[in-house]
Amino acid sequence: MTTRSLESRGFVGLRAVLLIVFGLICLAPIVWMVLASFKTNIDIYDPSSTFSFTPTLQNYSAVFAQADFLQFFINSLIIGVGSTGLALLIGVPAAFSMQRFGMAKSSGLVLLSRVIPHVTLLVPWYFIFASLQMVGGYSSLVISHMFISVPLIVWVMIGVFEGVPEELEEAARVDGLTHIGAFRRIVIPLVVPGIATSAILSFIFSWNNFVFALVLSGNSTRTLPVAIFNFIGYASIDWGALMAACVSITAPMIVMALLGQKYVVAGMTAGAVKG
Amino acid sequence: MSAVATGKRGSLWQGLSDWANRHRKWVLAAPAIIFVIALMVVPLLYTLVLSFTDAQGSIQRAFDFVWFENYISILGDTARFWPAVWRTVIFTAVAVTLEMTIGMAVALLLRRPFMGRGLVRVVMLLPLVATPVAVAMMWLLIFEPTVGFANQVLGWLGLPAQGWISDPSTALPTLMLVDVWQWTPMVILILLAGLVGLPEEQQEAARIDGASTWQRFWHVTLPMLKTTVIAALLLRSIDAMKTFDLLYVTKGTGGGSSHEVETLNIYAYALSFDYNEYGMAAALVLIYFLIIVGVLVVLNMRRKENRR
Repeated sequence: MTTRSLESRGFVGLRAVLLIVFGLICLAPIVWMVLASFKTNIDIYDPSSTFSFTPTLQNYSAVFAQADFLQFFINSLIIGVGSTGLALLIGVPAAFSMQRFGMAKSSGLVLLSRVIPHVTLLVPWYFIFASLQMVGGYSSLVISHMFISVPLIVWVMIGVFEGVPEELEEAARVDGLTHIGAFRRIVIPLVVPGIATSAILSFIFSWNNFVFALVLSGNSTRTLPVAIFNFIGYASIDWGALMAACVSITAPMIVMALLGQKYVVAGMTAGAVKG
Repeated sequence: MSAVATGKRGSLWQGLSDWANRHRKWVLAAPAIIFVIALMVVPLLYTLVLSFTDAQGSIQRAFDFVWFENYISILGDTARFWPAVWRTVIFTAVAVTLEMTIGMAVALLLRRPFMGRGLVRVVMLLPLVATPVAVAMMWLLIFEPTVGFANQVLGWLGLPAQGWISDPSTALPTLMLVDVWQWTPMVILILLAGLVGLPEEQQEAARIDGASTWQRFWHVTLPMLKTTVIAALLLRSIDAMKTFDLLYVTKGTGGGSSHEVETLNIYAYALSFDYNEYGMAAALVLIYFLIIVGVLVVLNMRRKENRR
């Protein structure tokens, strides 16, 4: 209470100006991208129609008229949901065990996979997956995306499990549950928000991932980022359609961030504060 | 209830369940650990073996062991390797310094509740969650020399147009700014989370003792926030050293016509998938990985020192 009254008026005004500038810098490029996606290429090339132009949906219809684009959308969805689900299945129990038993070496190993540059693994992965005839299929992409999700989930969930008192499990044991039963029936329901945080974050990272699908996807399993990258393979760029494709791929992420703001923030800051 | 139910299912199930519960530490953790060993440890060993060979072209082709030749030729390569190291360092140092500075400033501004704070906190999530490939394309259009918005703004201000990403001399700095745009919000989020946990008493005490705003920040807030600051620094430095999408999408393979944005990551990718120099690439990625682990260890030591 006292702190607020001590803040001078000048500070409040300066803060407002600085934060408006900051907010505009965050927002302006995205607005520009959205505007361009509704412009004809003639309007994009005309500086006088930066903000005043007749909006058109032709870029979007051009993008979605390509049957492939919908396929790529579905691919990204399948790989995002698949890798997130499987990674939760192995990551959440592992995080629980690591938190309860303090498995420093194992958790260190899992977290090292958060740090390793993916280019280090791509050549061996490519040859391992190729020898198993998995290159170009969904399985290699789901597995590779799980490699991002698992450390992320373990990282988030170790912090979450720290907040669940062990006494709860002991009480459940007294009531006749096994250790694993207590984990499944007592602990898991308590950490649903944490699981939501990990799931949302994991899906975002999978959706946004570029390099794995660049190397491992085939024509029919290509994900959206690779599809968009292939747009600029030609001599002249169709900026309007490209921006429409970029808006289409980013929009689901922005909607997720708006609806699940609490979870996104919790996931991004997990572990950083407590250490 | 459940004990009765499991009891009925026969002794095999009971025995399995007993075994799983007795060894629950490993039963729960093993799938994830095996996954990471299969996808990281095994490929790293494979890479280590490759790095001692002259494998190239196709991995099926026979190769000879050349031992440390790849390492020697990489460490002696002043045309591609050392410039790539330098670019990685400069990109990371400049981008992360800006991110930390701006991030700290904005986090302090957002520390106390005020009207519109929620809005700012939502808006700054947008760069963070936007798909990096789309972000790269978006900035490619904004920095497009003839039609881009950046040169349009310079025109309004009466300044000469720039080549931005397309000009080899300004490409790397321009892309640093894009990195700052995308990742400063991450730093803000982490620092804000740290600031929220700080006790108010010392602030008040310092205020009553007549400390200025700057003194309060430097002598009271910053020391208490040190662990969080180092955590943010650690996270951002490692990710900045690994920047790939932005650089590869905007400048393509090899980091542009004169390799102007070729960092270690971009160079390693080109060696692996454009030149198919697998032996050389393996040696390079291991050197690259060691550099990253080195940064991790040094920063983590600082972090642990501060926690005590």
